[in-house]
This record gives sequence, structure tokens and C-alpha cells, in this order.
Amino acid sequence: MSLGNPDGASRPDIDVPPTDRRKIVAACVCLAVPVVALLWVPSYAREDPSLGGFPFFFWYQFLWVFLCSGFTWTAFKLVQSARGGRR
Amino acid sequence: MSAPLGLVTDSSVNVTALVVLVALFLVVTVLGFMASRFRRAESLDSLDEWGLGGRRFGTWVTWFLLGGDLYTAYTFVAVPAAMFSLGAVAGFFAVPYTIILYPIIFVFMARLWSVSHRHGYVTTADFVRGRYDDRTLSLAVSVTGFVATMPYIALQLVGIQAVLEVAGVGGGDNALAKDLPLLIAFAVLAAYTYSSGLRAPAIIAFVKDALIYVVIIVAVVYLPSQVGGWDEIFGAAKDKMAAPNPATGAPTGSFIPGDGQMWAYATLGLGSAMALFMYPHSVTASLSSGSRNTIRRNAAILPAYSFVLGLLALLGWVAIAAGTDVTGLDGEKNPQLVVPQLFEDFFPDWFVGVAFAAIAIGALVPAAIMSIAAANTFSRNIYKEWLNKDATPQQEAKVSKLMSLVVKAFALLFVLTLDKQNAINFQLLGGIWILQTFPAIVFSLYTRWFHRKALLAGWAVGIVYGTVKAYGVASASTDHFGGSLAEIPGLGDMGYIAMTAFALNLVVTVVLTLVLRRLKIDNGTDVTRPGDYHADADDPRVQADLEVEDPFAREPDHA
Repeated sequence: MSLGNPDGASRPDIDVPPTDRRKIVAACVCLAVPVVALLWVPSYAREDPSLGGFPFFFWYQFLWVFLCSGFTWTAFKLVQSARGGRR
Repeated sequence: MSAPLGLVTDSSVNVTALVVLVALFLVVTVLGFMASRFRRAESLDSLDEWGLGGRRFGTWVTWFLLGGDLYTAYTFVAVPAAMFSLGAVAGFFAVPYTIILYPIIFVFMARLWSVSHRHGYVTTADFVRGRYDDRTLSLAVSVTGFVATMPYIALQLVGIQAVLEVAGVGGGDNALAKDLPLLIAFAVLAAYTYSSGLRAPAIIAFVKDALIYVVIIVAVVYLPSQVGGWDEIFGAAKDKMAAPNPATGAPTGSFIPGDGQMWAYATLGLGSAMALFMYPHSVTASLSSGSRNTIRRNAAILPAYSFVLGLLALLGWVAIAAGTDVTGLDGEKNPQLVVPQLFEDFFPDWFVGVAFAAIAIGALVPAAIMSIAAANTFSRNIYKEWLNKDATPQQEAKVSKLMSLVVKAFALLFVLTLDKQNAINFQLLGGIWILQTFPAIVFSLYTRWFHRKALLAGWAVGIVYGTVKAYGVASASTDHFGGSLAEIPGLGDMGYIAMTAFALNLVVTVVLTLVLRRLKIDNGTDVTRPGDYHADADDPRVQADLEVEDPFAREPDHA
């Protein structure tokens, strides 16, 4: 088996499900957005505007709990549809 | 204050709370023993059944199990404690950490699930062994996982201790009376883990998570109005964090990460998120799920726990506004008592009991899963690999069951004989160490470009560097292991040591891979095939392969 060939398959990869690449890329974007948003700390490390007594820093991160959940669910649906009938 | 039976005569014992606590503890004990009948197997004498619950858990069981597993009692005690004493950078990073965690595991966990399902892997070290046929790299991964898990189990006991201490038990001078409740709790835990395996924490997790949600939501709705509202709470926290620390003259902590703290906040979040699913207990809970997509669905619904964790973190600041006194039974200040104490100050005794039970039971679920996971790692990757190559599945399961007892006994000894600070230090080190297995596990799920010897070298360099760095961190209370932050070389700002070590690990791995590939050094053989990383539960090839490892046994079933 050749070392230079990652996943070194000498036979066709016919048991990898057919994949719609564009949808996989879209799913990756959905997954990357929350990570980038939360690691970009200077974008939210401030007090104003506050909401219900909560400084911006805190309510913004709580908001991302829901946004991230939504993005991840969207990514899940995209991956499922990208792989066609096979999950 | 040394009464002959300290726990009876101490006037501060909260009897009602204790009765409720004990009653709820008995309920979960019964559930734990009955759990062996849950989705009953013919026999529990294999790692698949005892150690992974038969790999059959659906979306909701997995949700409770993973929630119960990842959000541990120690988290519930330590995060508000960090908020209370050091502020947002030390405590609130847990929120971004447990949010970005889920996109990260979404990406790779389905692949790990599939390849593990296809080849019967129980641990990540099993996978590494199959991917490279390299016993040393596999041993490095398994030992790191095992060693990193031990102090984590010990810290669950610290969570129980904090509750017992505020309830008025466990802090006295009488060594037996002091430790007896903990000993009993752990003996019971050990017994039902031994008999029911992973099914026990799976069932108990329902109770634990329900209690946690109820307690925290009630607390967050009720407490702020008692101390003057959220404005008052954030105001009090801001004042406390800005006030200079009498010892150092520097501000006590951070209200919101300021200049020079952004990297610390971000690297703590990212590093912890990447590390969490390298721990054996997270992998065990994930692999016990019944299909490839269970874990992906869970990635979308598990953040519910992160929301609760964020609220819990803020309880540390509610305590600042409430002026909670964290003096322990030994007369010393102990911030870890902050949440139990806050509850005792504001709630009726019976509800205090419910809250304490939530934390104590919250310790049992992860402690059970961690000990099962560590035991599986031992029996699969150390016992079978190095000590008894011909071990049958029955022998594997037997060794694992016994090891789960040894691991718990060790954790107990650790907490009872050594200073609690040691467990915290090792836990800190464990987080740094476990992240160094990330390249060997996660990168290898996608590619075999990396060389197995380079992965091993990168791992070693990361561990040594991280350990040395962590040793050099002093804090107000200790000279070494005083925290997880150190200056990032070349940047000047503080950052999470595990991430700096990880970056170094990566550089070493890439450079050495280039060299070793050029020298055409053998990179081992790979028993996995591309299709394995997409296999699902109903895959007809799985069972055939598990019986006779024949990779070409069956042709694929679609055009």
C-alpha cells in the first residue's frame, strides 16, 4: 500500500456515499460562523448596549447559544441532503 | 469544636436538607441497580455491553447521558467559584467553550463513530492502533487519556464534599465521621457501576439533569429579586473585580475581558473545546449512541446545557451581591462553597436538599462514566494489547469491571489523603495533556499524511512543554500550577498553555512528517477504508466484520 496516498485505497471508493460538495461547503460555513464569532472576543468584550440589566458581553454570548444551535441544525440538514438518500 | 460524633452534635447541620439529599440519593441508587435491565442484553460480559451500553442509545438518552457526563458536579462548583473570586476570564469562558464545542464535534465525531462501529473500537486508542498499526502511539493516546481522567474523577468528589460541608457534615475533626458519607456514596456508586455498566449513569443522568435544570432555573428566577436585581448584581461584581487585591495591588479579577485578556479568553474557550472530546469519558458516551447521526443531532440540542451553565456561572456574581460568606467548617475561606452556601442562605431547607442532591448526583454520573471509560482504555489498550494478547471478550469485560473499582478507589484515596489542591493541579495538567492527543486522533480521521512517529514526537513535545509551563505559573496561593494561563511566546499576551503546547506539537508533527516521508520511513498499515468513515448502524457489513475481520467480505450496496 502506498504511503503517499492518503486513505491509501487501491480500489475504487465506491462505498463512500456520493456527496454534493456545495452543500458540504455550506455546512462547513454554518459550523465555522459560531466558532469565529465567539473567538473574536474584541467584537463583544464591552458593556453597552445592555439588555435587561445584562451587559452586552453576557447577553450576546447567551444569544449565541441559540444561534449556534440553529447553525448546527442547519449544517446537519445540509449534510444529510448532501449525502442524498444515504444518511 | 471536636465533638465525639461531630456530625450529630454540630449545631449547623441542616437536617431537613440532609434528609432530602439522602432520600434522592437512595432513589438513584435503586435506579442504578435496576439499570442493568434497561434495553436488556443477553449478557453484560463484553465491553460493547458493559462499557458502551450495547451501542444502542437514541437521541434523547444520549442527550441526557452526554449532558450528565460533560457538565460535571465539579463544573457546577468550580465555575461559579471562579466567577466569584476571579471574574469573567477565569469563569465565564466556560460559556463560549461549551458553545463552540458542538460545531467542532459535529465535524469529526460522526466519522469516529462510524469507523468505531465498523471495527468494534471502544476507545480512541483502538482507532489509532487500527489506523497506523502502531502500538506505541496507541499506548501514548491511551495512557494520556487514563492519566488525565483520574484527577477528573477525584474532583467529582470535591463537588460532593462542598455540598456535605455546607450541609454541616464532613468538615469536622473526626476523620471517620468526616469522610464516612463520601465513602458510602462512592461504595454505592462503585457497586452499581460494576453491576450495570454504562446503563447505570445513562438512567441516573435523567434524574441528575432534571434536578439541575429545575434548581438552576428556580435560582435564577428567584434570587436576583432578593439581592436587588441584575443591575445590582453586575454592579457589585464590577466593583469587586476592580478593587485591588491587597496582596498584589492588581485588580481582583476581570468583569469583562479587557486589553491583553482577549487571547486568554479565546484560547481558554477553544483549547477546552478541542480537548473535551479527547477525554475517554466523552468518547465513551458518544460511541454508546445508536447511530451515526445521533451525535450530530445532539450537537444541535446539547447547547441547552451551555445556557444553564452560563446562568450558573452568574450565580457566582449573585453571591457577590448577596455577600455570601464562604468560610468553611475549618475556618478557611473556600470559594468552592459559594453556590451551596448561596442556596442555604436563601432557600427553604427542603429545596436546599434538592439543590444539594442535584450537585451530589451530578457528581455520580460523570464519575461513573469516567471510571468506565478509563477502565475500558486500560483493559483494551494496556491489558489486551500488552499483557494478555489472547484475552477473550469476557476477560476484557472482567478486567474492565475490576479496573473501574480500582480507578474509583484511587480517586477516593487521592482526595482523602492529599491536599485538594493536588487534584486541581492534576486536572489542570490533564487538560493540557489530553489536548496533545488531538492530532493523532482527529487529523487521522481525515488523512494518513501525518507520520505516526511524527505524531508521537509532537505529542511528547507538547506534553513536556505544557507541563514545564504550567509548573512555572505562580498564584497568590501556590508557587506552581497556579493557573492555566501563561504568556504566549512572540505575542506577549497571556494565553491557555494547552493551546501554546498544541501549536508547538503541530509544528513538530508537520516538520517531522515532511522529514520522515522524504526518508520513506514506514508509516504502518491501515486496516480502515474510506467507506468505514461513513458506515451507519444498519450497515450489514458491520456484524460480518466483527465476526471475521475480512475487509472485502461484501460488495457495497448502492450504485
